[in-house]
Amino acid sequence: MECQRCHQNEATVHYTQVVNGQKTEIHLCEKCAEHEGYMDFNDDSLSIHQLLTSMFPFDQNVSQQQSFQAQQTLKCDRCGTTYQQFRKMGKFGCSQCYASFESYLTPIFKRVHSGNTKHVGKIPKRVGGKLHKQRELEQLQEKLQQLIHDEAFEEAAQVRDEIRTLKEELNKGKDGDA
Amino acid sequence: MSLQNFINDAISPWLNTEGIDNDIVLSSRVRLARNFEQVPFPTSGANEALVKVLEYMEQEFDDQSYNDLKQFQMIKMNDLKPVEKRVLVEKHLISPSLAEKDHTGAALISKNEQASVMINEEDHLRIQLYFPGFELTKALEQAQELDDWFEDKIQYAFDEQRGYLTSCPTNVGTGLRASVMMHLPALSMTNQINNLIPEINKLGLVVRGIYGEGSEALGQLYQISNQMTLGKSEEDIVEDLKSVVKQVIENERRAREWIMEQLGIQLEDRIFRSYGILANSRIIQSKEAAKCLSDVRLGIDLGLLENISKTILNELMVLTQPAFLQQYAKKTLSPNERDVFRANLIRERLQLEH
Repeated sequence: MECQRCHQNEATVHYTQVVNGQKTEIHLCEKCAEHEGYMDFNDDSLSIHQLLTSMFPFDQNVSQQQSFQAQQTLKCDRCGTTYQQFRKMGKFGCSQCYASFESYLTPIFKRVHSGNTKHVGKIPKRVGGKLHKQRELEQLQEKLQQLIHDEAFEEAAQVRDEIRTLKEELNKGKDGDA
Repeated sequence: MSLQNFINDAISPWLNTEGIDNDIVLSSRVRLARNFEQVPFPTSGANEALVKVLEYMEQEFDDQSYNDLKQFQMIKMNDLKPVEKRVLVEKHLISPSLAEKDHTGAALISKNEQASVMINEEDHLRIQLYFPGFELTKALEQAQELDDWFEDKIQYAFDEQRGYLTSCPTNVGTGLRASVMMHLPALSMTNQINNLIPEINKLGLVVRGIYGEGSEALGQLYQISNQMTLGKSEEDIVEDLKSVVKQVIENERRAREWIMEQLGIQLEDRIFRSYGILANSRIIQSKEAAKCLSDVRLGIDLGLLENISKTILNELMVLTQPAFLQQYAKKTLSPNERDVFRANLIRERLQLEH
């Protein structure tokens, strides 16, 4: 296919534009594409932002138009960063942005962190003992399953008691925050 | 100032202490990214609020001591001359992007320069801890303690699901970046490094040259670090990195034995030639200096060169960077003048060894 603009070189850059539902295909050689502003070769190669923004997936569950409109207007109510800015820069504006853009974040984190979306590491002491205990409870429950599987019933009984105590503490609520 | 004093000033004291496996792993580093809950991230450009963070950190932590990390000193970017900032960058105590933040940027640096806390870089706090040799576990433990020390006074941005909230999604969760600086001359000489790097990348770790640009690693110095920060505990991230580093160490040791056997006198010749260049040249470019320094360090580790301290590689890699040379020369240098000064400095430094 020859380039639509210079009609000399082979077209190697192909663009599909959709404007008001009207689909237009554009086929250009690299030189013309650059001239027309379709490619920015002078930009400092691939920055981390660009890499990151290319990681942003299209939102598949919502219909394209709906999600497009929602994304256009989505904004962090604390710092005013829009979702569009976040997509472009690949940076959050404040800690509240995580809550503001929550519905779009899971696929992004999955891509950046090899499928992981949930933190399992350190918890600040300030956040309270409750979360620490919950984490501990999860670990004990896993251990209990393993012990039962290994038929180590005496130990399993001990772990079961530990779980019971921990659950009681958690239910008391207030004590958990100590 | 005598050269010895200049070096003492220029080289972080911790660099001169011995570390585990330090014939291959020159240093270990752990970095934690943390933010204040109530303040917009530095990337937002809300400068007034960021200055408040800086003032708060100064008021609470300037001149304070924490355990072994004697006395933190607050250094504001605003108070530094451009060359002084570049020196801190070349010592890896601050990042180039922090150096550009004149009004909001600062660093709390411990007296022995083992710990450095960058303030208002990409995140409000970037807590970094260095250790000589292969000491990732210790580095993590101490970084966590330091983090607790700050957390006593600061309400961090934290979410139960997402962990520590950072301005870039690539750091969220633990905010942890653990890395080692490795000298891999034998893997480079035998070209095995080119096969090794993609293998390490597949395991979710990043390998890059520390000095130099692109794929070229000056001085055969490489950094290996974790990429993923979410969904794994800090301990697991460090353990996974350690197991890979251990394998790289083994490979490098085997490659060193192999080149000793195979190259014999040729290897010895190469090392002594490099020593000869460093000890005698009058003009030397950074690339050649890095290659020769790497050879000499290998010669020391293989027992071919004696009576030269091991730290000569890391020390001179830092000292022969442009900003240090200018500070030593006490004037601005053109690139050609730099090559002359670099040669002078290296010759004088080698003479101190005898």
